[in-house]
Amino acid sequence: MSGIPHDHYEPKTNGEKWLNSRLPVVGLIYDTIMIPTPKNLNWWWIWGIVLAFCLALQIVTGIVLVMHYTPHVDLAFASIEHIMRNVNGGYMLRYIHMNGASLFFVAVYIHIFRGLFYGSYKAPREITWIIGMLIYLMMMGTAFMGYVLPWGQMSFWGATVITGLFGAIPFVGDAIQTWLLGGPAVDNATLNRFFSLHYLLPFVIAALVIVHIWAFHTTGNNNPTGVEVRRGSKAEAEKDTLPFWPYFVIKDLFALAVILVVFWAIVGFMPNYLGHPDNYIEANPLVTPAHIVPEWYFLPFYAILRAFTGEVWVVQFASFITGGIIDAKFFGVIAMFGAILAMALAPWLDTSTVRSGKYRPLFKWWFYLLIIDFFALMWLGAMPAEEPYATFSLIASAYWFAYFFVILPILGVIEKPLAQPETIEEDFNAHYGKADADATPAE
Amino acid sequence: MFKKLAIGAAFALALTPAASFAAGGGEQHIEDFDFSFEGPFGTWDKHQLQRGLQVYTEVCAACHGLQYVPLRTLEDLGYSEEQVIAYAADNFEVFDPELDDFRPAIPTDHFPANTGVGAPDLSLMAKARAGFHGPYGLGINQFFKGMGGAEYIASLLDGYTGKEKEEAGAVLYENTAFPGGWISMAPPLAEDQVEFADGHPATVEAMSEDIAAFLMWTAEPKMMERKYSGFVGVIFLSLLSVLLYLVNKRLWAGVKGKKTA
Repeated sequence: MSGIPHDHYEPKTNGEKWLNSRLPVVGLIYDTIMIPTPKNLNWWWIWGIVLAFCLALQIVTGIVLVMHYTPHVDLAFASIEHIMRNVNGGYMLRYIHMNGASLFFVAVYIHIFRGLFYGSYKAPREITWIIGMLIYLMMMGTAFMGYVLPWGQMSFWGATVITGLFGAIPFVGDAIQTWLLGGPAVDNATLNRFFSLHYLLPFVIAALVIVHIWAFHTTGNNNPTGVEVRRGSKAEAEKDTLPFWPYFVIKDLFALAVILVVFWAIVGFMPNYLGHPDNYIEANPLVTPAHIVPEWYFLPFYAILRAFTGEVWVVQFASFITGGIIDAKFFGVIAMFGAILAMALAPWLDTSTVRSGKYRPLFKWWFYLLIIDFFALMWLGAMPAEEPYATFSLIASAYWFAYFFVILPILGVIEKPLAQPETIEEDFNAHYGKADADATPAE
Repeated sequence: MFKKLAIGAAFALALTPAASFAAGGGEQHIEDFDFSFEGPFGTWDKHQLQRGLQVYTEVCAACHGLQYVPLRTLEDLGYSEEQVIAYAADNFEVFDPELDDFRPAIPTDHFPANTGVGAPDLSLMAKARAGFHGPYGLGINQFFKGMGGAEYIASLLDGYTGKEKEEAGAVLYENTAFPGGWISMAPPLAEDQVEFADGHPATVEAMSEDIAAFLMWTAEPKMMERKYSGFVGVIFLSLLSVLLYLVNKRLWAGVKGKKTA
C-alpha cells in the first residue's frame, strides 16, 4: 500500500495461507500497523491518535446514551436528567460525551495547525488534506446537532440561529430552512432529524478517517523537516524511518495517557466549565436568552460570521454590484464558510516549494500571527456584537483571509528559505546523535 | 518558538469557555461563599443539606417546584427510608391518573412541579446560573472559583436592599445579585422564619447558604460519586502515563544515540 519500500506480511502456517488466499486481511492490518514512519516526528504528530480515540470514545459513549435518551421535545430534557440521576454511571457517560466533544475539537485544531505549519497539505498530500477538511466539516455538523439534543435553551436558540443562516441564501433560503427544520420553526421534527443525523454522521466520519489514513499511507507521513523519506531501496528507507508499531504506537499512547489525565480531571472536577449554564434550562420558544453563544469550538467562525455587518464597505460593495442579492446576512454566511474553504484551498494557495515552516523565516511570523488571530477570533465570538469588538472582529477576520489568499501566495515568491537537511536521518542524528553501532532497534 | 507559543495558546484555550458569557450585565455582586462541597475533595455537609430541605419545604415550595428530583433520593441526605416515606406523605400531594384524583406522595414520586405563580423550577437552578464571569470573557474566575451557581443563589437570597418600586403594575424589589438589579420575587426569607432541629441559627444569610447548598445537591446529586470517579481516574491514568513514559524511553533508547554535536 505504501510507496515506501518495506517488508510485507508473508503467511507462514497453512491456516494463514488458507485465509490469506481468500481474504488478505492480516496482510492489510500488518502493512497498516508496520508502515515506515519518519523517525523524526515530534510531539505535534500525536494528535491523530488522540482524534481516533475521541471518535471511538464518542461513538461508544453515544451508543450507550442513546439507550436512555428520548428524542421528543416534551421528553428530551427530562430524559437527560433521567440519565444524570437514575442510570448507573449515567452522569459520567454524559459528562464524558459532553467534554469528549471539546477534547475532539482541541485535538482537531492542533492537528490542523500542525499541518499548516509543517506544510502537510502540500503535494503530494492534497487529498489527505481535503479529506481532513471534510472530516472537520462533518465534525462541526455532528457537534452542532448533538448540542441540540438535550433540548436546553442554548440547544433551541443555537439551532434557531444556525439554521437561520441557511435562510439567508437568496431566493431559495426560506425553502431550504423549512426543509432542514422539517417545519416553519425549530420543533419536534427538527429534534428528530438532528438526532438521526447525529447518530449517522460519526459513522460517515469513521469511513472518511479510513480514507484519510489510506491517503497518507500512500504518500507517507510528512515530518518536521518536510524532507521526503528516501525510497531508493528498503535499506535506504530504513535509515529515515521506523515502523509505526511499536515506536509510534507507544509514543502516541503515552501522549494520549497524559492528555487523558487532564481530560479526566475536567470530567471529574469541573464538567460544566466548558458548557453554558443556560442549557440547564429547558428550551422555551417564548424566551430568548440574553446572549446566544455557540460552543467554544465554533466561536472563531461565529466571529467571522458576525464581523461583516451592513456598515462594512466590502459588504456594501457586494450588495451594490449584485443588486442587493448578497445582503449583509448572506455575506456573513459566505464569509464563515469561506474561512473554512480558505483552509481547504491552502495546497493551491501556498506557492512555496519548501514544506516545513521551520525553514521559512518570513512564513513563521505570519503563521504565529494566524494562531494569535485564531484565539482573538475565539474570544471575539464570545463577546457581544458591539464596539470595540465589532471592529476587532473585522480586523481579525480580514487577517484570516489575507493569510490564505494574499500572504501564502506572495511569501512563496519573495521568501528566501533556509537550508533544509538532506535527509531525515541527518535531522534525526543532529537532534539525538547517531545510535550506537552495536545497539539494534527493538523489534 | 512554535512550541512555546502553542503551549501558551493551549493554556489560554483551556481558560476560555463560552460559558463565561452567561447572564452578565448590571452591577451584580456575587459573594464567594465557602461551601463544603467545593473543590476536588469537598463533600456535602449533610446537616446543611437537611436544613436546606427544611427551608425549601417550609418556604420555597410554596411557589417553586423540584420536578426532576425523585423523593426517594432524599435518603442520600442521611434520612432513613421511613423518614422519607413520612416526609413525602406529610408534605406533598400528587395527581394519580389511575385514581383520577390526588393522593399523598410516596418516595417513588418526584417532588411536584409548581407552576402556580410562574416561578421557575429549582431542580437545576444551581447549574443554570453562573456566579462568576470574566474577566474580559476569559472565564478565569470560573476556573478558580467554580461556576458559582450556588453562590449566585445564596447571594440573591441575601442580596435584598429593602427598596422596592412599581413598574407596569408589578412590584419589583432591588437585589444586588440579580442581573439588572430589580427582581419580581419578594424577599422570601426573614430572620428565624424556620426553626432548625439542630439549633442552628436561622439568620437570612445562614438560610440562604443552606438552601443554596441543598439546590446544588438537587442539581448535581451525584457530585461526590463524580469527583470520586475523577480522582480514581486521574490516579490510574497518571500511573499509566508514567509506565508508558518508561516503556517509550526504553523503546527509543536503542534508536536515539548520544548527542554528539
